[in-house]
Amino acid sequence: MLAAFTLLLVFQTIGEVLARVLALPVPGPVIGMALLFAWLTIRRGPSGELRSTATQLLSHLSLLFIPAGVGVMLHFERLRSEWLPISAALLISTTATIAVSAWVLNKLKRKTPAP
Amino acid sequence: MMPTAIPNAPSAAHEVWVYLSSSPLLWLTLTLIAYQGAYALYRRSNFNPLLNPVALSVIVIVATLKLSDTPYQLYFDGAQFVHFLLGPAVVALAIPLYAQFEHLRRDALGIVVALLAGAVTAVVTTIGVAWALGASDTTLRSLVPKSITAPIAMGISEKLGGAPSLTAVLVIATGIIGAVCAKYILNALKISDHAVRGFSVGVAAHGIGTARAFQVSEQAGAFAGLAMGLHGLIAAIGMPLLLLLWPR
Repeated sequence: MLAAFTLLLVFQTIGEVLARVLALPVPGPVIGMALLFAWLTIRRGPSGELRSTATQLLSHLSLLFIPAGVGVMLHFERLRSEWLPISAALLISTTATIAVSAWVLNKLKRKTPAP
Repeated sequence: MMPTAIPNAPSAAHEVWVYLSSSPLLWLTLTLIAYQGAYALYRRSNFNPLLNPVALSVIVIVATLKLSDTPYQLYFDGAQFVHFLLGPAVVALAIPLYAQFEHLRRDALGIVVALLAGAVTAVVTTIGVAWALGASDTTLRSLVPKSITAPIAMGISEKLGGAPSLTAVLVIATGIIGAVCAKYILNALKISDHAVRGFSVGVAAHGIGTARAFQVSEQAGAFAGLAMGLHGLIAAIGMPLLLLLWPR
């Protein structure tokens, strides 16, 4: 677990360094993800340890959004005065985005099962 | 020295409170307890999307902070250890992505077209609805990247002239709405393919949608993670171009 977690941090660090050195608009962790993906392709898959560490971390992904979500308390005043446009935009746009992307992919996806 | 040489009960309790409330320990512990409590409730409800664990935890923690008169900064000093793990978690998305790579490659064209359709829908409907209902300029600019994963969205918001910390909250609200509503929308559209279901939730509702998709199946989670990553990528490049049409 420790070695696998270290590997994730190493890839994140490389991603952060590249993002800054090359002035990329994409955040470091996303570049780290792409690099780890390339690494897995070369190594032909993750070790059992890396796989189980990633699964553990991702199974509680929602926990990691809570500290930023609590930041809602800094914006109560704006949310109170603009609750209608904000909540309507979030609701309508999120449901429309799910429906459109699901409908399009469903139309274009090959129907035969994977080999 | 304080005049009270012999500690009496109320001042000892007060001292403990002063220590606890200003150390990172209490607020980190509260975050973990609130989440696990919310998650237990969510599991007991057989993963009813209406009992979203992020939403429940945020409500409990905000209420606690308000009642104890604790500022957000003090809370975040403790909770940042959890927040920090977002980075390695995004890197870890490479693993389910690799596991689903064959499926992804077969449908590469469909994925790209669906992503673009979803991305355009997200921006146009957000700006359209919020503008029509009279949102202020800062709110509008902060709303634009609402479907993008938080670290990228905050950067975009700053470039567009929004308020990054407001964007973080709007992003999380979007994630919760997507995680809550997805099942009902996709069932109404009669879409049963886990790859398509996961993908659409990832496009609209980034990491919180991805977390929800992983609770359904690994395939749904991997497609959601892919959609989140790709949407973040094209938004980081494309959204700042909105400034050409809409200068600050």
